[in-house]
Amino acid sequence: MEHYINLFVRAIFIDNMIFAYFLGMCSYLAVSKTVKTAVGLGFAVIFVLAITVPANYLIETYLLKEGALAGIHPALATVDLTFLSFIVFIAVIASLVQLVEMVVERFFPPLYTALGIFLPLITVNCSILGGALFMSEREYGLAESVTYGFGSGIGWFLAIIAIAAIREKLRYSNIPVPLRGLGMAFILTGLMGMAFMSFVGIQLD
Amino acid sequence: MANEETTIQEEPKKEPKKKEALFSRRNRRYLLDPLDDDNPITVQVLGICSALAVTTKIKPAFVMAVSVVAVTLFSNLIISLMRKGIPNRIRMIVQLTVIAALVVLVDQVLKAYLYDVSTQLTVFVGLIITNCIIMGRLEAFAMANKPWPSVLDGIGNGLGYGAILIVVAVFRELLGAGELLGNRIIPLSWYVENGGWYVNNGLMVLPPAAMFLIGIYIWVQRGFNKKLHNIS
Repeated sequence: MEHYINLFVRAIFIDNMIFAYFLGMCSYLAVSKTVKTAVGLGFAVIFVLAITVPANYLIETYLLKEGALAGIHPALATVDLTFLSFIVFIAVIASLVQLVEMVVERFFPPLYTALGIFLPLITVNCSILGGALFMSEREYGLAESVTYGFGSGIGWFLAIIAIAAIREKLRYSNIPVPLRGLGMAFILTGLMGMAFMSFVGIQLD
Repeated sequence: MANEETTIQEEPKKEPKKKEALFSRRNRRYLLDPLDDDNPITVQVLGICSALAVTTKIKPAFVMAVSVVAVTLFSNLIISLMRKGIPNRIRMIVQLTVIAALVVLVDQVLKAYLYDVSTQLTVFVGLIITNCIIMGRLEAFAMANKPWPSVLDGIGNGLGYGAILIVVAVFRELLGAGELLGNRIIPLSWYVENGGWYVNNGLMVLPPAAMFLIGIYIWVQRGFNKKLHNIS
């Protein structure tokens, strides 16, 4: 249990998608102008990461790894399809996002209107594919990938809310003209990244 | 630093030998605009995701830049050739499939010929798929233009991205390790442990430094280029 709590805390604070790996920066910079939209996108990312990381784990383990296909026919025991993982992961993500969108639209209309346009956009959010690739590279198990997906989603959520809140206040400050907007957002992200680095070294197990 | 940029910019110059007439003023603009006025990273805000983590050393940054140029070039070309046959509703999936197939090729080539760099790049080669530059250029340009301008646009945007990567990597390697491309620039005798006065800037090898450097790059670029003021 402690192992999972540790992984969860690591995924949120230490291996934060934005501050440690810069994943999902495009939507992070584009959608962080107001806190309200940032919250919508943040929830959508948590939701999709928590679903796609374990789904990709299952696909990788039972379809792509060497020997995974041996159950179908003994001759397939030496087939190693891991070189296809990029295509398969992105296809899984794209179709799951579509599926999630339809399910949410059908059964949770208020949530659907709240997430709005953000759900389909998430397909090309690097943090989703990044989550799947890190899962595969670090060889997480099923429970670990659920924890990791959920935790890194929350980390991304925290980051975008924080920058959106700062940027809302920033509108009233007198910044040098060339630095206004994008430049300042980068420097702020750097400063926030430095703050998040103070979490490095937390170990719970 | 200038050295690095010229090596990158030499690539497109090889083409005019074959087809001189194709470089009209308009076509040149497709190629050169993304280097400054329409830079994918600092102006269009695309493709920052996979960029920054690979910039601690020049070599991986250079390999990454070349990979992205290759993928933008060929994906723009392929999508532009297919643009009339792609149904509008499924165009995203078609685009993603083309990009993913190209990235798989790049990844396999890197694993075969540059194994040490490919281990340094880890997941970031795969993340070229979701690099917004590629998707963004396909949507904004290749879907609506002929193949040749799309190729130029692809090269230009790839180079604009690569130029930033290399500028950032030069500063990070020089200040963080005192080296350029693995060659020592700052003499070892200057270091404190050898009785000198110099210490490497430890912040430069950490993620936030890339943020600061890009922020400063944008500041300098917009300071010189007044057209870019007040673009969010």
